[in-house]
Amino acid sequence: MTAVRTTSANESTNHEQPETFPFDTGWDLHEHVQVRPERFGALLYHYGDRRLSFVKSPELRTALELLAASPTARLALSNAGIPEAAHPAHGRALSTLATTNMIVQRQREDHTP
Amino acid sequence: MTTSTDERHTTPTLIDHFEQGLDAPICMTWELTYSCNLACVHCLSSSGRRDPRELTTEQCKGVIDTLASMGVFYVNIGGGEPTIRSDFWEIVDYAVNNGVGVKFSTNGSNLNAERAKQLAESDYIDVQISLDGATREINDAVRGPGSFDTAITAMENLAEAGFEGFKISVVMTRENVDQLDAFDALAQKYSAQLRITRLRPAGRGADVWDQLHPTANQQRELYDWLVANGERVLTGDSFFHLNAYGEALPGLNLCGAGRVVCLIDPIGDVYACPFTIHDEFLAGNVLDAGGFRAVWQESDLFTSLREPQSGGACESCSAYDSCRGGCMAAKFFTGLPLDGPDPECVKGNAEDLLGNVDSTTTPRPSLDHSRPAAAMTYTPVSITAKPPLAAVAEPRVAPSRSCDESPLAGFARDAHA
Repeated sequence: MTAVRTTSANESTNHEQPETFPFDTGWDLHEHVQVRPERFGALLYHYGDRRLSFVKSPELRTALELLAASPTARLALSNAGIPEAAHPAHGRALSTLATTNMIVQRQREDHTP
Repeated sequence: MTTSTDERHTTPTLIDHFEQGLDAPICMTWELTYSCNLACVHCLSSSGRRDPRELTTEQCKGVIDTLASMGVFYVNIGGGEPTIRSDFWEIVDYAVNNGVGVKFSTNGSNLNAERAKQLAESDYIDVQISLDGATREINDAVRGPGSFDTAITAMENLAEAGFEGFKISVVMTRENVDQLDAFDALAQKYSAQLRITRLRPAGRGADVWDQLHPTANQQRELYDWLVANGERVLTGDSFFHLNAYGEALPGLNLCGAGRVVCLIDPIGDVYACPFTIHDEFLAGNVLDAGGFRAVWQESDLFTSLREPQSGGACESCSAYDSCRGGCMAAKFFTGLPLDGPDPECVKGNAEDLLGNVDSTTTPRPSLDHSRPAAAMTYTPVSITAKPPLAAVAEPRVAPSRSCDESPLAGFARDAHA
């Protein structure tokens, strides 16, 4: 089960998602996205394109809230209490959120002093 | 609290959660004024004259503070014609600055080129232009002389300003169902998105319902068009009664009234949905102790709407799981029982019932702000001219803005089940 549904009606025919979500890179919520906690998980709303997404797991919501402070998406999932075995399923959810621009891959930080 | 669906699932589905209500609405409508420069024959809020009790600027800001604290993403502002309020832009700015997005509905009369440019600059403001005919003739018969030209001018201004994806909002009537492709072409021409919603017998809509609601054949035509094109248009999830034809339309197939949807009217009264301005569906007022939050979370009316609803006679119908008995407001204002079929039931189950309704006793709106002097009588347009489609040229762009008056618009059924 994928833990995300979005209001995009053509989602089911979108084949642009990568096979595997790039867990080991940093991710952020899009700056125009707001998260509203709900009993079932969360509602995500993107002010840029007025798209609403439903996150169907409180753990994934926690992971999304931890994204910005986590060096990698994998760490955000783990710190949200999501066991390794469940990462692939959540990766599909994250891929959906990435496809709909709810989360964006963090630009590599410049570490030169 | 359980629903019939719970019996089949160990964990509640999203729809179960929505049926049981959320702590804050997802999509809500706020009508800022009953004042309007038009006098559309089907106005769902019977607007025209300002109500002296309308919320002050400060009271409106207080409502926005509450919505912001509840996590309401955005509000659909309407009226009346909301831009008539002298503090309209101040209220919009206040909402946006407090993290509450705004989509406002307008007839276009205050959208000049300069204003269009300002609006195009904000990600947090969306605009919806009302248009009920793809031609002047069809539109003006419902919305009044000059209203087509006003709307087109506003759309030109928005397009010129680079405001992509604004909405063209159409109430589907007997006169314009066969203009669907023409509306679609207009939307393309202005880089806008088409939004079509159902005519309800609410407000003055009750007066013209018999003349204007789509015929049975037109309902089928509309359904087929939505099956073919539904991914590109917004519907406010307002046609779920048509799901009984077969394949479900995009949407959640759920009456959101008092569960995920509500209306705040210009005097602060909170109703279950935009189409139920009647004491029967009045939950409270934003000026009551506890404000909007208490009305939404604790009112007796909304609590009862979040309990399992009986489908009554409809429960034995094979299509009940698809249409869920249809629209509460449509039933109420046509005098039908709320636990029976929708007046436009595609299985024809409402026909006998409607025949037995005493039209002198059907409920009337509790408030009527119509301007008697401006009253328009609807005269059917005898020749339904189809507009030329020559304007259609560019390839269609997939819509990027899916959330509508109902949050459930465009919801991908089974896409990620």
